[in-house]
Amino acid sequence: MRELKILAVVIFFTAVVYWGVEPFAHSQMHPHVAPADFAFKDLGVNSKKGDAAKGAETFMSAGCIGCHGVSSQGMAAPMDHASASASFGVVPPDLSTAGAIYDKNFLAALIKDPTKALKVEHKFNESRPHPMIAFFGLGGDIDQEIADIVAYLQSIAPVTPMSDKQVFADACQRCHDIKYDKLMSTTDKEALKAYMGTVPPDLSMMIRSKGTEYLTTFINNPQKQLVGTSMPRVGLSEKAQNQVIAYMEKVGDSKKAEREDLGYKLIGYMVLFTLLAYAWKVKIWREVH
Amino acid sequence: MAEIRKATGFIDWLDQRLAVNKFIKVMMTEYWIPKNINFLWAMGVVLMVLFMVLIVSGIFLLMYYKPDIKLAFDSVNYTIMQEVEYGWLWRHIHGVSASVIFLVIYIHMFTGIYYGSYKKGREIIWLTGMALFGMFSAEAFSGYMLPWGQMSYWAAQVITNLFGGIPFIGESLVVWIRGDFLVADATLTRFFMLHVLLLPLVILLLIAVHFYSLRVPHVNNQESEEFDFEDEAKKYLTGQKVESKVVPFWPVFLSKDFFVVGVALTIFFYLVCFHYDFAMDPINFEPANNMKTPAHIYPEWYFLWSYEVLRGFFFDIGGVAAMDIGLAAFGFANVIFMLLPFLDRNTDHVAPAHKRPLFFVWFWLLLIDMIVLTVYGKLPPTGNNAWVGFGATITFLVLFILLPIITKMEANCKCNTGGCK
Repeated sequence: MRELKILAVVIFFTAVVYWGVEPFAHSQMHPHVAPADFAFKDLGVNSKKGDAAKGAETFMSAGCIGCHGVSSQGMAAPMDHASASASFGVVPPDLSTAGAIYDKNFLAALIKDPTKALKVEHKFNESRPHPMIAFFGLGGDIDQEIADIVAYLQSIAPVTPMSDKQVFADACQRCHDIKYDKLMSTTDKEALKAYMGTVPPDLSMMIRSKGTEYLTTFINNPQKQLVGTSMPRVGLSEKAQNQVIAYMEKVGDSKKAEREDLGYKLIGYMVLFTLLAYAWKVKIWREVH
Repeated sequence: MAEIRKATGFIDWLDQRLAVNKFIKVMMTEYWIPKNINFLWAMGVVLMVLFMVLIVSGIFLLMYYKPDIKLAFDSVNYTIMQEVEYGWLWRHIHGVSASVIFLVIYIHMFTGIYYGSYKKGREIIWLTGMALFGMFSAEAFSGYMLPWGQMSYWAAQVITNLFGGIPFIGESLVVWIRGDFLVADATLTRFFMLHVLLLPLVILLLIAVHFYSLRVPHVNNQESEEFDFEDEAKKYLTGQKVESKVVPFWPVFLSKDFFVVGVALTIFFYLVCFHYDFAMDPINFEPANNMKTPAHIYPEWYFLWSYEVLRGFFFDIGGVAAMDIGLAAFGFANVIFMLLPFLDRNTDHVAPAHKRPLFFVWFWLLLIDMIVLTVYGKLPPTGNNAWVGFGATITFLVLFILLPIITKMEANCKCNTGGCK
């Protein structure tokens, strides 16, 4: 009985230390933030019903392809990566999959007011304009025109599910490397540094340094976790964002399944060892007690 | 020279040349341990097992690790963690056991304090034990630098900088330790050398002395009872196993230790595979970047109490800079445990703390104070946190100043066989 009492004391103090330096300290250092908002409520809602056929025309007239490529529709980007990096600071995205990976509501808001949707108003203003020019409309109902463009982008988006890696490449690779999977940013590093203020980090091990929970709120709205960061809000849909995180886990924590599977075996082995050791101990000590 | 005759078997052949039977008797079957002990007495063997785990896992990691600031991070996080078969396992085992071993060291240490196992002939055990604590701390610190993550770099920056506070030689000392004006490649490579060669050698040597120093005064027991080990051993050998107050190291003592080790390793492997963040701080999975200071810099949990003593004084007192007072307090905290046998002025009286009322209060106050220091050592030192840290630091210092006084009072009081009320 005395041993159990001592054990209880040891466990109690160990638990207090653990609680203090882990959950408690971390809750003080990293205050909890509101959960990710995949509806992007702060941007309002475009309630117009888009027409993809009209959208295709609007898309062409609006001059989108002056900067963007839409490779799936045979429209190549007007510049190669190096010249695009030099001209814009960052390579403009190819829009072939935009309708699939970005939220519809976000896309509409982005076309209308890029800096607001991207949450980079602290970085870009009239004296330093954002490289993506806001769409001012073709003379008709601007919200209807935007809804049409979004409908068009959705209509050309791939129907078959995209791989996690493909989603990552389309959504993140313009700026970020994942060198452990030999994925390098399409934008030139020097241009990126000038554009972002710093070279965006390699994301190979980010899953281990930040964890799923943080990444979920961070990617959804970087300002929430890192006020003032130059990383824009990218507007991924919940499904696409989960795919991005899944891909990061596949690269940075590639042995997770093996670790968990082996974990049960190791614990099972030690439990068996402990039981046998206990039986042996009882047998040995019977002689001396 | 002993007479060499035709051996009756392999063991006999060996015995004639190496005296293996005698050796096994001295080391195992006739190495006597008191019977009246509890599971806390198994912590030494648990520590030994964890240290072996660290050596073995360390050897595996050494096969792929590259001590170069350009290669270190990727050799750990790509080669070892993703490419090499079960490389992740050895790294997780190494990282988690490095953290867990400190928990067991603290339990082992506080057991020694509680049962008075540091005095009256056992001073060398205590001193070598505390020297081991110091060496393990250096080993942990140097090892933490090797993955060259953000906290590797910034902890190295902050801790090596501390030496700058030493009067006169401080600045040159910092450069000498770093091998450069900044924490850089030279620093990483020399800490690698310390981590895999010099410090492990010193630790092995100290462990040998620590074990040897147990032989003469013998292992203490739950009641701190003093008895003649030779008489008790004779009793045991003549078959009075139940009456004897001692048991042999093998198989009796170790049979219990195996069980305790089994429990410890069960928990250990759970931590290795499912719950390792406490030992492998996520922030260290970000590569070192000397242009980007992390929002919070803190050491691993086992250094937090002394780190909090260091930063507990956050304001200048009487013209002396806060940092200098903190550094002095930090120095005090790191040597004061070493001096414990000499601060306890009740030198002749060995008893568990619950039979020494004043010491009993002192013991629990110290433990609680160190836990407060540990927790506040991690919290941001702002507002109330700074004051709690300051209070706990003062309490820590005062407790050690009081120790000679209360133990002297205890010694002067003849009632209760020297335990005093």
